[in-house]
Amino acid sequence: MEAEKNTRADSDKKQLALKQLVSQNSIWLALIVMVLLVSILRPQFFTSDNLFTLLQGESIKGVMAFGVMFAILSKGIDLSMGSVVALVAVICASFAQNADAANRLLGGFGPLPAPVIWLIGIAIGLIIGCVIGALIAYTKIPAFIATLGAQLICRALSKMYSTQPVSNLSPSFRVIGRGNTIIIIFVIFFIIGAFLLTQTRFGKNIYAIGGNDQAAQVAGINVEKNIIKLYAWCSMCAAVGGILLAARTGSADPSTYGLNYELDAIAAATIGGTSHSGGICRVTGVLAGILIMGVINNGLVILGVDDNMTNVIKGLIIVGAVIFDMRKNVKRA
Amino acid sequence: MSEYILEMHDVVKRFPGVVALKGVQLKVRPGTVHALMGENGAGKSTLMKCLIGLHAPTSGRVIYKDQEVSFSNTLTAMQAGISMIHQELSPVPERSVCDNVWLGREPRKGLVVDHKKMYQDCIKLFERMNLDIDPNEKMGNLTVAKMQQIEIAKAISFDSSIVIMDEPTSALTETETENLFRIIADLKSKNVAVIYISHKMDEIFRISDDITVYRDGEYVASDRAGNLDIDKVIQLMVGREIKNAFTKVDCKIGETVLKVENLSAGRAVKNVSFELRKGEILGFAGLVGAGRTETAEVIYGLRNKTGGKIYKDGQELKINSPEDAIANKIAYLTEDRRGNGILGILDIVTNTTISSLKDYGFPINYKKMSEDTQKHIDQLGIKTPSMNTPIKNLSGGNQQKVLVGRSLLTDPDILIVDEPTRGIDVGAKSEIHSIISKLAAQGKAIILISSELPEVMGMSDRILVMHEGDMTGIVDRSEATQELIMKYATSSVDVDTKAS
Repeated sequence: MEAEKNTRADSDKKQLALKQLVSQNSIWLALIVMVLLVSILRPQFFTSDNLFTLLQGESIKGVMAFGVMFAILSKGIDLSMGSVVALVAVICASFAQNADAANRLLGGFGPLPAPVIWLIGIAIGLIIGCVIGALIAYTKIPAFIATLGAQLICRALSKMYSTQPVSNLSPSFRVIGRGNTIIIIFVIFFIIGAFLLTQTRFGKNIYAIGGNDQAAQVAGINVEKNIIKLYAWCSMCAAVGGILLAARTGSADPSTYGLNYELDAIAAATIGGTSHSGGICRVTGVLAGILIMGVINNGLVILGVDDNMTNVIKGLIIVGAVIFDMRKNVKRA
Repeated sequence: MSEYILEMHDVVKRFPGVVALKGVQLKVRPGTVHALMGENGAGKSTLMKCLIGLHAPTSGRVIYKDQEVSFSNTLTAMQAGISMIHQELSPVPERSVCDNVWLGREPRKGLVVDHKKMYQDCIKLFERMNLDIDPNEKMGNLTVAKMQQIEIAKAISFDSSIVIMDEPTSALTETETENLFRIIADLKSKNVAVIYISHKMDEIFRISDDITVYRDGEYVASDRAGNLDIDKVIQLMVGREIKNAFTKVDCKIGETVLKVENLSAGRAVKNVSFELRKGEILGFAGLVGAGRTETAEVIYGLRNKTGGKIYKDGQELKINSPEDAIANKIAYLTEDRRGNGILGILDIVTNTTISSLKDYGFPINYKKMSEDTQKHIDQLGIKTPSMNTPIKNLSGGNQQKVLVGRSLLTDPDILIVDEPTRGIDVGAKSEIHSIISKLAAQGKAIILISSELPEVMGMSDRILVMHEGDMTGIVDRSEATQELIMKYATSSVDVDTKAS
């Protein structure tokens, strides 16, 4: 009788484990299906040239996704990332303009050595993030509002910094945006993001804060400090995005650069299973979400679908992914 | 017309990894109080949730008012006349009492909500139940007791034929409990059946007509209350004889480890002073709102102190956050484990290790985390399908044990436990008392906050009594009687408070 009970419990557990495995990785199945569909309709999608182009196109928003996933995990959000991209892009570009460029923004100053410019960009991101984080942590205003304000302010600051696009940038600065280097940076941020999330106290703290911030405080977590760190990381990812964008395109337009990038980053993280009610996030899921966005952006272009229709499809997929995810998490059996 | 208003036959409920109900029965006569008894995890709440449509049973038949029924959601169940007042209330705190009562079925005048009618209906309803509550008061400002009374009023307003109450008195004072029993008697007189889930034996035997016992998801027995007694019911519940109340095992009491001097926190805590020694259990007794939890919160850094000093091992402490408290080897188990204790969606490993993350290195040593968690699962007798189960899937008693494990991992010298066995069954209660007793024997100093007099009297070496923020007395175990403690708990008179 005991043995029977045990084997039934065991097979129950195995069934459960299998079900969990499938449901956790269903997003990869969806990705494979999408890739197959597009490849069948347009075989040129599945060439190494095109796949690399796809990855290059998603790398910047991908880096941003590995930032914003922390914010969503903590039951917050970061709407300012696109504007930070613009601000950092334009500031870094100004330091990277070739000495012989016409109408240099900083007159006779510069260009600075590339690594210095990258560090300046990262520092700007960290500072902005700390300010946003402190605002959210200490005034308790919703992250939505704080980062919305930051979005407006940073965009305005970019346009105040330079009224025109800043171009003609030094080759040493541009090297990290070229070709497949940008993909390598994307992979590096995937690894760092994964490490922070799963191998550090910081990651565990954010999971706890997102799960129940009051309980996290009672458990001894310094909620304020961790929120500041979180938004510092998030804005830093946006700053890196800005550096990469300026490096890749050789220019920085304060009005248009980074516009709506945060939405794509949030979409990728959301499709990847990061829950907006906090406490749930898998980095591999976010990676899959980024790739799905890539297939949508790249694939639909190859299929000849226009921009507007592409956005309709993106919207439907985001909503669909969240509905699917909720049904998985809020089980009624 | 059947003798029973409700019959549940062979109800099975499977969850991933666990069978909560293995084919259970229930038969309720109309206009009676029917008590469901059993340890946590026995299946009582699950059975009721299956009845009202919160869960879909895997199989089984439900016959209500002579018809086979199956409710797919709570609204249809309520409209059919079955309401449930849950153990853990979930009101809408920002809205008014009135809004909460009529939520989802607001009376309308044409297209617009008829606020006047809502208010008047509310007044009428509260008058019927002798409730002194302002319908315009914000729900979040009320005590747990009042919110519960409102839940009951809500159930009555649906003209329910069956009202299910899950641990209704766990957060009520004696007066409020008496009022509740009056309301239940009133319901009975109107032929409303009350299904009453509780662990409080005295209450059960006071008000029940029938009792049904469940154990480990199985139906054990059912009988008229008159044919049973407390010991018999306990035996049926746990399948073995256990002592009714746990007494602290005597152990050596060492030097003073905590000294609190004239501690104040606004009007909630006024000039509280006491000493706490190693191996000692200091009980904090008092009525709901006495200021015991608030005192603990000040010591643990969750609440600002406005006066007084705290000394540990002779050194003055500056504690501004739980982080500080934990660093000073003070641990606290809150009274609201669902609200600010457990991290619901996270697993048991995370919940156990979250306060001591610094001990797991960089990068995190998951193996050590699993080992430490397993050790606590074994030592504390935590019942769970696996250590990766989300903690919200566990019963209240097991959740509490995980939280105890979490506190223990921080290696505290002082452990404050706030209502540690509230809403927990007799078996698990006894286990938790045993755990606390063992911790004292290991030299830890323990503050036990509890509104259950037998628990406080059985477990404490000394009992500190509070009333409305004031400390009204400290009583040694040898002199403690229920009457004496109650006198201190209800009086604002300054009684001799020499800390022995």
